[in-house]
Amino acid sequence: MSLLSVRDLTVKFAMRDQTVTALNGISFDLAKGERLGIVGESGAGKSITGFSLMNLLSRPGYIDTGKILFEGEDVVQMNDKRLRNLRGNRMAMIFQDPMVTLNPVLTIGQQMIETLMAHRKLSHEEARQIAIVKLREVYIPSPEERLEQYPHELSGGMRQRIIIAIALLLDPQLIIADEPTTALDVTIQADIMELMLELCQSNQVGLILITHDLGVVSQMTERTLVMYAGRIIEAGRTREIINDPQHPYTQGLINALPQQTVPGQRLKQIPGNMPGLASIPEGCAFNPRCKYATDLCRSRIPEIVHYGEVEVACHEVQRLNSDEDRQEARA
Amino acid sequence: MSDAKTDRPLLEIKNLEKRFDLDQGFLETLKFKQGKIVRESRSVHAVNNISLEARKGEALCVVGESGCGKSTVARLVAGLLTPSAGEIHYGGQRIDNLSRSGMQPLRKKIQMIFQNPYASLNPRMTIRQALEEPVRHHYPNASAAEVRDKVTEVMLSVGVDPSWAKRYPHEFSGGQRQRIAIARALTVDPEFIIADEPISALDVSIQAQVLNLMLEAKESRGLTYLFITHDLSVVEHFGTRVAVLYLGSVCEVADTATLFSNPKHPYTRALLSAVPQLKDDRPNHIRLKGEIPTPINLPKGCPFQSRCAFADARCKSEKPKAIHQPDGSMVACHAVEEDRLDAVAAG
Repeated sequence: MSLLSVRDLTVKFAMRDQTVTALNGISFDLAKGERLGIVGESGAGKSITGFSLMNLLSRPGYIDTGKILFEGEDVVQMNDKRLRNLRGNRMAMIFQDPMVTLNPVLTIGQQMIETLMAHRKLSHEEARQIAIVKLREVYIPSPEERLEQYPHELSGGMRQRIIIAIALLLDPQLIIADEPTTALDVTIQADIMELMLELCQSNQVGLILITHDLGVVSQMTERTLVMYAGRIIEAGRTREIINDPQHPYTQGLINALPQQTVPGQRLKQIPGNMPGLASIPEGCAFNPRCKYATDLCRSRIPEIVHYGEVEVACHEVQRLNSDEDRQEARA
Repeated sequence: MSDAKTDRPLLEIKNLEKRFDLDQGFLETLKFKQGKIVRESRSVHAVNNISLEARKGEALCVVGESGCGKSTVARLVAGLLTPSAGEIHYGGQRIDNLSRSGMQPLRKKIQMIFQNPYASLNPRMTIRQALEEPVRHHYPNASAAEVRDKVTEVMLSVGVDPSWAKRYPHEFSGGQRQRIAIARALTVDPEFIIADEPISALDVSIQAQVLNLMLEAKESRGLTYLFITHDLSVVEHFGTRVAVLYLGSVCEVADTATLFSNPKHPYTRALLSAVPQLKDDRPNHIRLKGEIPTPINLPKGCPFQSRCAFADARCKSEKPKAIHQPDGSMVACHAVEEDRLDAVAAG
């Protein structure tokens, strides 16, 4: 049985004059200890997916239909008590900005010990010892002293390590990390990525990594979902998706990176913008930006189907592959 | 290009320094130490003795991590800050000590693009007002029709539909706003553009659009860029020369191709190795120990020594000078100078 199984998840936002669909029938599975990347640009619905998995959406957003089975139990149907037991305990979340996650008026120690004592029957001293062990696991020097410090006394990289330590406090089965390294410098980002990879592998913790950075996904995850305008448009092994993307959007996203072009040459840009949720085009949401779009693309939403090594939602994927320029580009 | 090389560089930065005083005013400088009241003022050493040049048509990229002083360099060159020491020359003229009115003609030649297009456009001005204002200011004799034509022409050239001119910034997406910010910089026909992280706030597909636009403007208008960024893949694509900054000092300056194929300074090497690669499975990331020290009390000697694997006694006491290398790059590192780097790596 997979650790997490999401089926036909639809999330809507009730605005004053209309209801918009932020996630439209998302389905995916995550095995125990597996690392999954969710990529896409702003507005694709990747963060909403992360929030929904923990049932953290608040008004005006709500889960309209679908199931989120975590260890066989539907998160959507859980009552508040079950949810409290789930969040932080069996599933933990890491956000982009550690300063928002940490409470600025409590010491690191207070925040860690509070979390432990809320979920486990522990004495204060026992909780403190666990906190020290976890801080050591994330390579924080002199953890005893850190427990007495406030978040503002620490650097950005140190804070993100502490967030990871807090996420791991109760040995969760799954960590959802929403852009965990975006706010950090590259050298610190590389450290944090290495650390997360090491901890996930050694503790058999599942990871859902939400990011816009294809390089990060490529180094951290085994499987990847590519999202566009609230749908999964491509899914498969990360290696396959990076090396041989099938959906025109994924191809565009990878080709738009500066390292894919000879320095000084024009970058291969994708024209236009991601549509707003209130104005998602009919048919395939990507069709106005897609150079392969046909009448079928403009009228019918493509289903996600197996194609070669990956799953892809594109009417034209077959034609695309027999396309001459693409053959040439590959050769 | 070849004849331009014999000329003086368009922009010359000489021994530039900028300190920000932390203790301002007499009372703040009073400290109580060992039973006595003493006067002491601390300052942030944001930029320390930086020398750089940009020739006409070049795109000089300044890279480094947060706190390395790259944005301060941009602001100093733009005249938004006054240097504590050192000189800035533009087109042969010293510009860092000019009065406000003396700076006026240069403001037309040097324009700046900022990181956040949500903050750099006035929310209460329509796009037309925002774009016309600099033209009116710098060409007071232009007729209304001329101003309008100029703005329309620039809007077309950056791919913003002129019929949108009546709209306000909030009606545009981030990418479009950055186009408008670029249009505003281009309306007065500048020679030199300072761009401070112009694409960092944008999505990947939009980054490519904006970067292409800046490349086009460079070619069609013969612009020279000072491009501030933390993103090395953008530097490799966009820059002709790169300066790597660490803690307010230059580590290495080189042609882009040289820097990426043969980085010399240990910090440059670590920085390059830390970029997440798309297709490499096993990155050989050089781990740096510790974190950037505070720029309030700069360590003695080389600014990088506290995190450098090659640091020795000399690095701890003597600040390295930038030394010319055979391939044309300048590297400020004792270990490179003494040729110890690869010896250690081999052994």
